[in-house]
Amino acid sequence: MVPTSYYMTLSGILFTIGVIGVLVKRNPIVIFMCIELMLNAANLSFIALGRHFGQVNGQMYVIFALSVAAAEVSVGLGIIIAIFRSKETINIDEVNLMKF
Amino acid sequence: MPLVVFWILALLSVGAAILMVVNVNPVRSALFLVTTFLCVAVFYITLSAQFIAAVQVIVYAGAIMVLFLFVIMLLNLGAPEALRERGRLQMPVAVVLGLAFIAALAGSQSLVTLPPARPVDLANIGTVETNGLSLFAPQQPWLFPFEATSILLLVAVVGAIIMAKRRV
Repeated sequence: MVPTSYYMTLSGILFTIGVIGVLVKRNPIVIFMCIELMLNAANLSFIALGRHFGQVNGQMYVIFALSVAAAEVSVGLGIIIAIFRSKETINIDEVNLMKF
Repeated sequence: MPLVVFWILALLSVGAAILMVVNVNPVRSALFLVTTFLCVAVFYITLSAQFIAAVQVIVYAGAIMVLFLFVIMLLNLGAPEALRERGRLQMPVAVVLGLAFIAALAGSQSLVTLPPARPVDLANIGTVETNGLSLFAPQQPWLFPFEATSILLLVAVVGAIIMAKRRV
């Protein structure tokens, strides 16, 4: 049996790659992909800890995180399409309507 | 043997994730993200969560990635020149911040020591039967969130249509 700490370390590495991607990228679609990567990393640690404690509750959390991620992606990509339609660009530097 | 599988999959998933961030072309980023999702699905199987692994393949690697690729093709963002990454300073600053973040994670993990793993019947912890019994049992707290999820998905459907529609 692989130790749980290995899975936690892998989850932390994947989450950090997602954070770096969100900081670096200018394309909102790729930023969304990095957010999905971060959600997956969190799900992986949930399931690893659920197995560690011998409970099914970790998998329940993952089911709800999955459905929230699906809803978030559909609405977010709709927002990206609306921005593209009104501004003809989706460069994240030029979409600063709500910037104070 | 499980450790060998773990290391192969870990290297594959981390490498695909790094390639996803480094790549300029969004379509290739999406394909590398699919690789990472499939690796995570195999991790779920090794963690005896078979049902979640199947859902991961269907929902993430299937539905969500098709949605991503569809929007990339629809907005014609496949050309790498369309969005030239600007700011030479941004990459090193982001890497330094990421290293600081992973150091913070490692520090917080060293503060907590996990109790020893509870011996459990791992063969049927992740089956559909176990998941369903836990999800719909009245003495468990998951029934109300399950029903609330249906409202969330309905709101997401309506919101996505209103966002993407030209005239409401």
